[in-house]
Amino acid sequence: MTVRAGEYPVTAGHDVPGLAPGKLGMWWFLASEIMVFGGLSGSYVVFRLGGVGWSAEAAHLQVTIGIVNTLVLLTSSLTVVQAYAAAEAGARHAARLFLGLTILGGLLFLGFKAAEYAAEVRAGFTPGSGIFWSFYYTMTGLHALHVVAGVAVNAVLFASARLCTPHRLELAGLYWHFVDIVWIFLFPLLYLTGGQRP
Amino acid sequence: MLNWMRWLPENVSTYGGDIDAIIASIWSVTVAWFFLTFGVLGVFLWLYRRRPGRRAGYVPGESLRQAAWILVPVAVVLGLDLWIDFRGAPVWARVKLDQPPTDLVVEVQARQFNWDVVYPGPDGTFGTADDRQLLNEIHVPVGKPVRLVLKSRDVIHSLFSPHLRLKQDIVPGRTVSVWFEATRPGIYELPCAELCGFGHSGMKGWLHVHTPEAYRQWLKQQWPAA
Amino acid sequence: MNRPSSVPTPATTGHDAPGGFWRTYVFSTDHKTIGKQYLGLGLFWAIAGGALAYAMRWQLAWPDTAVPGWGEIGPETYNVLVTMHGTIMVFFVAMPILLGAFGNFLIPLMIGARDMAFPRLNMLSVWTFATASLALAASFFVPGGAAAAGWTGYPPLSARPEYTGVNWGLNLWLLAHALEFAAFLMGGVNYLTTALALRAPGMTLLRLPLVVWQQLAAATLFLLSVGPLIAGAVMLLLDRTIGTGFYLPEVGGDPLLWQHLFWFFGHPEVYVILLPAMGVVMEILPVFSRKPIFGYRWILGATGVAGALSFVVWAHHMFVSGMDPRLAMPFSLTTILISVPFAYIVFAMMATLWRGSIRLEVPMLWALGFLATFVVGGLTGIFNGSAPADIYLSDTYFVVAHFHYTLFSAVVFGGFAGLSYWFPKMFGRLLDGPLARLHFWLTLVFFNVTFFPLHYIGLAGMMRRIANPLQYDFLAPHQWLNQVATVGAMALMATQLLCVANVLWSALAGRRAPANPWEANTLEWTVPSPPPPSNWGPTLPTVYRAPYEYSHPDAGEDWLPQSAAPAVAGARRTTP
Ligand code: HEA
Ligand code: HEA
Ligand code: CUA
Ligand SMILES: [Cu+2]
Repeated sequence: MTVRAGEYPVTAGHDVPGLAPGKLGMWWFLASEIMVFGGLSGSYVVFRLGGVGWSAEAAHLQVTIGIVNTLVLLTSSLTVVQAYAAAEAGARHAARLFLGLTILGGLLFLGFKAAEYAAEVRAGFTPGSGIFWSFYYTMTGLHALHVVAGVAVNAVLFASARLCTPHRLELAGLYWHFVDIVWIFLFPLLYLTGGQRP
Repeated sequence: MLNWMRWLPENVSTYGGDIDAIIASIWSVTVAWFFLTFGVLGVFLWLYRRRPGRRAGYVPGESLRQAAWILVPVAVVLGLDLWIDFRGAPVWARVKLDQPPTDLVVEVQARQFNWDVVYPGPDGTFGTADDRQLLNEIHVPVGKPVRLVLKSRDVIHSLFSPHLRLKQDIVPGRTVSVWFEATRPGIYELPCAELCGFGHSGMKGWLHVHTPEAYRQWLKQQWPAA
Repeated sequence: MNRPSSVPTPATTGHDAPGGFWRTYVFSTDHKTIGKQYLGLGLFWAIAGGALAYAMRWQLAWPDTAVPGWGEIGPETYNVLVTMHGTIMVFFVAMPILLGAFGNFLIPLMIGARDMAFPRLNMLSVWTFATASLALAASFFVPGGAAAAGWTGYPPLSARPEYTGVNWGLNLWLLAHALEFAAFLMGGVNYLTTALALRAPGMTLLRLPLVVWQQLAAATLFLLSVGPLIAGAVMLLLDRTIGTGFYLPEVGGDPLLWQHLFWFFGHPEVYVILLPAMGVVMEILPVFSRKPIFGYRWILGATGVAGALSFVVWAHHMFVSGMDPRLAMPFSLTTILISVPFAYIVFAMMATLWRGSIRLEVPMLWALGFLATFVVGGLTGIFNGSAPADIYLSDTYFVVAHFHYTLFSAVVFGGFAGLSYWFPKMFGRLLDGPLARLHFWLTLVFFNVTFFPLHYIGLAGMMRRIANPLQYDFLAPHQWLNQVATVGAMALMATQLLCVANVLWSALAGRRAPANPWEANTLEWTVPSPPPPSNWGPTLPTVYRAPYEYSHPDAGEDWLPQSAAPAVAGARRTTP
């Protein structure tokens, strides 16, 4: 990202090897994001260890939807990598195609999640129905917001051929992987800890 | 001005003296370093003030030999730090960890903006007919360990007795118990030390420390039957 | 760096932009302008925070008289004053001045860059902070008034409107925090990326001026500690709005969770404020004693140790909070041990004076003032750090005295040290001497008159956040201390007018500043004052040596600029 504050480009004249500002910045950003989810999951785990009757609550989640969504996200991570590879190779159309698939993946995930929420609310489980549900809705909700953001970014790149450069695709990909990885943690923490339903 | 200890209110609990001793020893350590640092600072500022024709020395302070001038005092600081904590640990344990057994248990329920004090009565069990609830007063005999069982009905409060050197936040959803043994009869204030709303300022009760016979008198009035 | 293919047609912005005034002074991406914008916002909030402090102090000294210019202050109002004073001073004065202003203005200039790595992100950062300021200011005017649960916002008090009577005020308070954090996260990402990726040729990491290192350390601490609090703030907002129960025991939540999340951030945060101030002082001491800083690498090491330790001390704010009492002593140990790296840094600063040729110019006075007041604040921290002692001291004015000696030394002494040192570079004029000296000496005196008595009244047991000390018999005999402190505070505030007058006068009519008025070595002094839009011409400076080569034996002058070509025999030898 080269912007000029004056008559010379910001990056002109620097010979610092191998440190692309864009990538570096993205990593720092992700580090802070990790701390956000880390704090949330950490609190959840500590509560979980201390509390009782949680697994009974957790048992109400639809593990199948969770699994499907996990697969969806994993695939979309794969496609975003291919999009970057294609762009690197100069195959602009292939790149856009894979990027489109990634966006679809994100939308699919959100669709399933919405359906899941709807079902749970209908079953009477709202954020107010106990500490487990407070955590469940907050953690998955915050993650869903990140998915939305990722889809939005990808959509912008998809829409504009000018912006759709390998460099930007790489950064968007990094972010998308992060969103994916967060889910990889949330899924077992929330879905796979359910015991018998009461 | 210099002796900070004389500002503390008179101590009237068995463990208060230990806490004061810790504060006093930290005070002597830190005052010593205060004068040391300020002394050296003053001397340097005077000796090395700018003077015509004098050029500053070139001392990078990177080599271990030069850094040692600092590392040695730092090592002393490290030693003092450890000393402070090793002296502190037993005091903390005495005040907060090992509570002596006692049959005098009083429940304090905090709420905006009062202390509800509940006595179990002669039968010594809470939740029975002979419980008695007082508002903002705790009555105890001198020279006997007392356990306070602390609960909150709304927000976080903090039971503070400056004279007993006792302070404990009271968190809703938790039951915390503290102990003390008063050493001198009298009436002492029990302010709330944690911001708990517009009534925080002025939320306080009174601790009545009675002589044994006065305490027996008080019990008589409260439970004439027994 | 990034492939040419990925370089968009450069959008020209900044001073030479066609946009003229707006692009130049308001929506500028120039790091120098952005730094000044942060400075302006910080000063505005400093005045606001000071005004609140005035009302508080008067109320504490003469509780049953109306505050001149304010009127009667009830307990509700008082809680708002305390809360907003703390919030403003920490998040809207200390952060924008010490990080926002100095970080933005100095980092590119000192590492030989033309601007931050992401100038647009940088502009977004300052405007996000401006929005946060707006939200905070607005919170005073919504029905129910501004937040009143302390700057630490402990739930349940903060989790249920009915407990304080404040509803929207506290939501806006949370919003303001969220925006403020976002702003400084953007800033931090920029600082770290810029300092790593955009250094001028020859500017190795070990040739970076210490203030840059301290800014990076602060940015890193912030980046790594604020996340959990952001999560905590989200939970608090949800508790208040959609009925979750994270902090409400009735539904299985736990109020202490917030305290852990808040202080896991809170303690590193106080170093986020301290380190940049220390960095400023580390720049000034060598220049005005004409000596290298004593032990550059060792100081970096000590900073690292302190930074690492700061993540494992947070529960020293919770000794009597009701957490498991067995946790207290371990945290007490880590807390007191943190005095070791700081002892090193303090001693290194003093050793820098040893055999120096000390010029007591205005910036040097402020730097020494910082040193003196910080040592006092640091030492009182040890009292709090000892768990048994803190049973008595916690939540008393002893703590209030402690953190004003530390925070005030960082923000005011450190801040003014930096402002007076870089003022010529920022505004191209010299700061008027006599007035500035008077301002320093009066601030030093009245600061101590204000806050030293608070140690005593704290030892006497006076609790924090009470509106009326006279409601307590055991405090009544000490009330005169409160009155001394208040008189001191009012004098202290009046003194700041000197500074305002001086700054305005000097900025408009002061003598024009040469490029390098202090004969200093670092890069920012090689460009004109004030520096042109992209700082350097077609070629960037080349760096040949460490930043503090003063009174080098092989050099004729007693200073040796980082970018001066090594005509000097052996200048290379001594440099990393
Ligand atoms: C810039 C801000 C700043 C800084 C630098 C510090 C530095 C320290 N603080 Fe402070 N602190 C605050 C800001 C700061 N603090 C704030 C705002 C609060 C209140 C929050 C609230 O509740 O509202 C607080 C509260 C606070 C508490 C909680 C008190 C309570 O509420 O009960 C504690 C307890 O351990 C503590 C300890 C320390 C320690 C050990 C240091 C150490 O880092 C100090 C280390 C430095 C030195 C020790 C001096 C230099 C060394 C020497 C001169 C050598 C000689 C030294 C020895 C022999 C020990 N602080
Ligand atoms: C940086 C932090 C900072 C600063 C500077 C101050 C400054 C002052 N504070 Fe501060 N105070 C806090 C941070 C700060 N405070 C915090 C965190 C709390 C806890 C809140 C809580 O309990 O929730 C608190 C609480 C607090 C209390 C306790 C209230 C209570 O518990 O009931 C009191 C009481 O006397 C008080 C008084 C003052 C006074 C008289 C000043 C005077 O010094 C003000 C006068 C000074 C000025 C108006 C000028 C200051 C100038 C600048 C800061 C900018 C400098 C600019 C450049 C260098 C470019 N403060
Ligand atoms: Cu109860 Cu303060
Ligand atoms: Cu701390």
